[in-house]
Amino acid sequence: MTVRQETMRDTIARWAEEIAEFARREQLDFYETRFELLDADEISQVAAYGGFPQRFPHWRYGMEYERLQRTHRYGLGKIYEMVINNDPCYAYLLNDSHVVDYKTVIAHVYAHCDFFKHNHWFSGTNRRMMDEMANHATRVRRYIDRHGLDRVEPFIDTCLAVEDLIDPHSVFMRRDADRWTRTHPPVESEAPRVTRYPAKQYMEDFINPPSALARERDKKQKEKDAHETRMPAHPMRDVLLFILEHAPLSDWQADILSIIRQESYYFAPQGQTKIMNEGWASYWHSTIMTRYCLREEDLITYCDHHSGTLATSPGRLNPYKMGIELLRDIERRWNTGRHGLEYERCTDMEARRTWKTCEPPEGAVIGRGSPGREKIFEVRRIYNDVTFIDEFLTPEFAEDQKLYHYRMDPATGRVVAVKNEFDKIKQQMLFMLTNHARPYIYVLDGNYRNRGELYLGHRHNGVDLDIKYAVETLKSLQRLWGRPVHLHARIDDDAVLFSFDGQQSTQQRVDDSVPSPACKL
Amino acid sequence: MMSGITKDHQRFRQIVKGKIRDDLRKFLTRGELLGREGNKAISIPVRGIEIPHFRYGDNDDAGVGTGDGKPGDQADRNGEGIGPGGTEEGRHVLEVEISLNELAEILGAELKLPRIEPKGKRRLTSEKDRYSGIRQTGPESLRHFRRTYRRALRRHIISGTYDPDNPTIIFERSDRTYRSWKTTTSPQSNAVIIYMMDVSGSMGDEQKELVRLEAFWIDAWLRRNYEGIESRYIVHDVRAGEVDRETFYRIREDGGTRISSAFRAARDLIGSRYVPHEWNIYLFHFSDGDNSSESDSRECCTLLRDELLPMCNLLGYCQVASAYGSGNFINVLHEHLGDDERLVTSRVNTKDDIYDSIKAFFSAGR
Repeated sequence: MTVRQETMRDTIARWAEEIAEFARREQLDFYETRFELLDADEISQVAAYGGFPQRFPHWRYGMEYERLQRTHRYGLGKIYEMVINNDPCYAYLLNDSHVVDYKTVIAHVYAHCDFFKHNHWFSGTNRRMMDEMANHATRVRRYIDRHGLDRVEPFIDTCLAVEDLIDPHSVFMRRDADRWTRTHPPVESEAPRVTRYPAKQYMEDFINPPSALARERDKKQKEKDAHETRMPAHPMRDVLLFILEHAPLSDWQADILSIIRQESYYFAPQGQTKIMNEGWASYWHSTIMTRYCLREEDLITYCDHHSGTLATSPGRLNPYKMGIELLRDIERRWNTGRHGLEYERCTDMEARRTWKTCEPPEGAVIGRGSPGREKIFEVRRIYNDVTFIDEFLTPEFAEDQKLYHYRMDPATGRVVAVKNEFDKIKQQMLFMLTNHARPYIYVLDGNYRNRGELYLGHRHNGVDLDIKYAVETLKSLQRLWGRPVHLHARIDDDAVLFSFDGQQSTQQRVDDSVPSPACKL
Repeated sequence: MMSGITKDHQRFRQIVKGKIRDDLRKFLTRGELLGREGNKAISIPVRGIEIPHFRYGDNDDAGVGTGDGKPGDQADRNGEGIGPGGTEEGRHVLEVEISLNELAEILGAELKLPRIEPKGKRRLTSEKDRYSGIRQTGPESLRHFRRTYRRALRRHIISGTYDPDNPTIIFERSDRTYRSWKTTTSPQSNAVIIYMMDVSGSMGDEQKELVRLEAFWIDAWLRRNYEGIESRYIVHDVRAGEVDRETFYRIREDGGTRISSAFRAARDLIGSRYVPHEWNIYLFHFSDGDNSSESDSRECCTLLRDELLPMCNLLGYCQVASAYGSGNFINVLHEHLGDDERLVTSRVNTKDDIYDSIKAFFSAGR
């Protein structure tokens, strides 16, 4: 058995070398990639760990493993490959595949790897995550040994409930970064202004009595002081950071929370670029296979498996399909000049259909060097799923791909397809992609009512929070924060404050009697 | 390199079992588990495992699909993933697979049921001969030709008498090897459960459902404790007869009730097939307790005291509430035989009582 395995590895290495050469010829650029062959069970293990051979111990991965195993056993899904965003890049391949599957998957992997390396949203990720994850595992294991599973595990459960409360954009901006390294003194705001009514000189003391002015000045000054020392200064999306900085956590607890936060940040770009990443990889495995690698006898198998990957079923959106079609659409549009103001403004459907203001340069190899190809390279560099769909999803495309919008019919309670209205479709897609379809939660006050209570707010964008889940999650937050926690949310157009004080969950309508937090959304 | 996931998986299973234990009362009343056996996995929903997150509610259950969707068509969605964002993720209750044996184990742990101490000085064993050994002596019919040949060949080569051009091998006495048998003993079942059920007119479908559930869990627990346990089924109204399992649960009779008939049938069955001092005998009787006459009840008590109870490990009497009011038989038993610890009685009025009933039957560890 070992003998066979060894030779298979060599063959894979040889193919990988060949395919890497083709990929480089097409201007893909990737980290050194190491391929490992795993059997179906092993690949389920790696997949349960999010692609890594090691993660910190937690039963959630065991649950995922069982689910994947079952999916595989019942033939409901097969994982052909797992790629890790790491330098060098690690790729795990399923070892009982067809020859043509190996080649397709290898090409696919190189494109993923190119995407990891060059997409801007990945630029902040740790490229030594493989080692980092192993370190995390060691650290958590040590805490378990030292403090006992019965203390560490519930704490990890608590942290995982809030693992998504991070600010993925913070990687790209340095909020408050210059606060402590100022070159000028901060602009002192003037003394608070008081209301002074116009008055003749001799009436001054009567119309603007000095005692009233002094009283008002005091009051304003107090408000201003309170404002300047408020915490946080602005609504803060990185709830985990706020907790790390201000909650009374012991060292090991803070370390575990920071590990979970770090991993959330690492995985965030993958969630942000699912369609693009899979689309890019599918585009390239298709291009490389059909241009360079495909032998005649493999054609049918290749087509079968490729179309299997891109298959759509009603009511689902296949990110592979969506991504590759949109990339091809962009390539086509830029090759024929169907973009820019003139094209956008053209309302003559016939003219749009046959639009061609751009010819490929004389003697250009198909694809390479063409404006369309240039454009999709640019797209893979700077876009994420939200901006990608926002910018490039066109009504023509939506119609071609037979996209439709569905929603629950309130009358029947059934989920039905509704009008194929482009705006609705696009809006819905953007909604599903924004923040991984999770609600935006901000820290609004870390010292609510001057009692050290935590006050969070949900930024409502059309969809309410799930109350049951919100109440449960709030309990986890309370365990981290130690003091009572509150969540301000809009439910059925009413402002509601959910609270949990460690014993009791309460909710109340927000009215004037409820003190407001330090910041407002 | 991958041992981590095994641990995580075990921990997950442990948590699942803990949750099942918490909800055990509920699972005991689930009819759909009936008929499951041993190691086959059954899928049961487990609540409260999932880690909560802030997420959107259902008030805008919408999405985007691809395909020939015309306005008004029902969008076909099975559970997860309506789109790349997957707003549907994990909205359903987690289903886990577990075998009946594991479930019985949990049942035992939760009810604090002691492992049963089998009676009988020796466990019954069956002996079997298998020809798996080798000996130097034996009848020619059992000669192991290949081994014999090999030994002879080796001897020829060592002694230098082997000629490749004329490879004739001559066996000697010392070359000969023979197949031989080894006796293996395997433990054989020495436990039998005899289920007796009153199928008189007063036992309706509801009562039978209770009996079925109770019997199922009794069976599950005893099977954990004995290998290859035997089950026998007796039904009675005014007369009793042995039936097979299917019939036992399905049969619908009419007529009066004479409980002694069932006890007599059980006695005869034991007498004909199961020697009491070697077999662990469990008797369970299910009835609504509405016996036809006082005299028959007295006769039952005599039968039990003099014959059945001395034979068995345990006699469980389970009285279910019938539509015609609860019977009196349980009180008669208490009155006459209340001090015999081999007799355990319980009342099951609703499905929720099954839990306590099982606990009552087996908490003595007999």
